[in-house]
Order: sequence, then C-alpha cells, then structure tokens
Amino acid sequence: MILLTRKAEFSSSHYYWSDQLSPEENVRLFGKCANRNGHGHNYTLEVTVEGEVDPVSGFVVDLKELKEVIHREVVDVYDHRHLNLEVPEFKHVIPTTENLAIAIWKRLENQIEGAKLHRIRIYEMPDLFSDYYGEA
Amino acid sequence: MRAYLSRRYVISASHRLYAKEYSEEKNRAVYGKCSNPHGHGHNYVVEVTVGGQVDPVTGMVCNLADLDSCVQRTVIDRFDHTNLNFDRAFTHEVPTTENLCIAIHNLLAEHFVHADLERVRVEETRNNFFEYAGKGEHGALSNRW
Repeated sequence: MILLTRKAEFSSSHYYWSDQLSPEENVRLFGKCANRNGHGHNYTLEVTVEGEVDPVSGFVVDLKELKEVIHREVVDVYDHRHLNLEVPEFKHVIPTTENLAIAIWKRLENQIEGAKLHRIRIYEMPDLFSDYYGEA
Repeated sequence: MRAYLSRRYVISASHRLYAKEYSEEKNRAVYGKCSNPHGHGHNYVVEVTVGGQVDPVTGMVCNLADLDSCVQRTVIDRFDHTNLNFDRAFTHEVPTTENLCIAIHNLLAEHFVHADLERVRVEETRNNFFEYAGKGEHGALSNRW
C-alpha cells in the first residue's frame, strides 16, 4: 500500500461561539477566538489517500483528478468565505480545526475514485494542526 | 468522533554527546563533532500530538490554552536556554534527541490530563527528527504513522 498526499490552501474567516454556552463562558473558553466580528487564517490542507499502485499507469490515483475533487468539494466552498456564516455544515457546529478536519473528510469520503481516504490534516497556523482518520 | 491536535513549540538548548562508559577515542568515533568538549546548541522544535473525542459543544479535543500552559510549565520552562547535560533527566543518560524526545513524552504523559498524549516529535534540525509514542496505550495513531 502507498500513501499519497496532495496539498491545497484556502483563506477563510471564522469565530468560535456556542449558543449553548453563556457569553461569559464563551469568552472564558475561547478567548480572542470568540470575537464575534471574526478573524481569519490561511489554511493549508493535506489530503492523504491510500491505495495500490496501478501496474500500468504507475499511479495510486490521478493527481489531477484528486486536485479537481479537492477544489470542487472544499476549496471552492471554503476559500474567501466566512465559515460560520457561509458554509452549511458550520451553521450549528463551531469551525474549530478539529471540526474542519472532520467536515473535509465527510466532503471527500467516497469522492476519490480508485483510492481510500487515509487522513485529513488541516493547518490553521504553521504551528497548529489537526488530523482526522475517519474514526468514530 | 476522535481527532488529533498537534502543536509545535521551540526550545533552544545546548548539549554534548558523551558517554562516560566510553573512552575519549570511542566517544569521538561514535559522536564525532557532537562530542566536542564545550558542547553546542540547537533550536529544537517540539511537536506534541494529543487525541480524543471532539466535544460536541466546544468542537475541541482539548482547550489549546491547557496544552500550551502544560507544555510551557513542564517542558519549556525546564529545558529552554539550558544545558541539557546538567538536567536531572540526563544524569545517567546521554542527551541525544532520542532521549530528549522520550523525556518530554514522559513528562507530558505524567502532567497533561486533558486529552490522550499520542506522540512527541522533536526536530533537532530541519533535517533530522525523532518521534516517540510511548507504549502505545492509546493505539490508534501509533498504527498510522
């Protein structure tokens, strides 16, 4: 089995706020991320797929197709958008890096022909990232 | 759903690789310039990975502030701008980056309680790094390197 990773970037704004918590609790828990005017990041996404190398093409997947899927399903939806306000899965779910990894997994799962999704890694900053492997 | 969160920190420290059990010649042969008597230093990058269920309300595996404060208190305050050879963790062990990685893992395993400690990675330079996942009691990630 071979792992293959494709990177992509998008820039989005978000804030951390839960209506299930009091305003004071939101601020205590999320600090400056709770600023309701939002803030933004340049996100780096790593999509890792696993599969066998095709004996003829020498590919696990066609990288061009993988790139197109990532752009269609994720980058075109998230890039230069406010995640809380403009992306449906974050209407009632806080767009933390953890939840972004899970949401991107759900968007890409079953969309990649010939290979299985292995890991979603999403960098919010160069020193902070989240991984999701599809675990329950 | 179980997810993993990783955070990178920097500590600057000096060390000398020298095993008391070896002769001068053998130390020189094994460790090369890393055994120069007055030591040398690195900007180590310490990458800490924790894992757990994403809290349905907060959307977080753990509060990053809790991880930052624990790493600051137990790792950075202890090792940053020090000579590792004089730290009690290395009284009987050579402060190679392998041993530093294990020492940091053991400290965080003891003190960090807000999520499962999955792995510690220490980059000595941009070209070499070391990873330790303990005894793998949390399992999932150790099979996924």
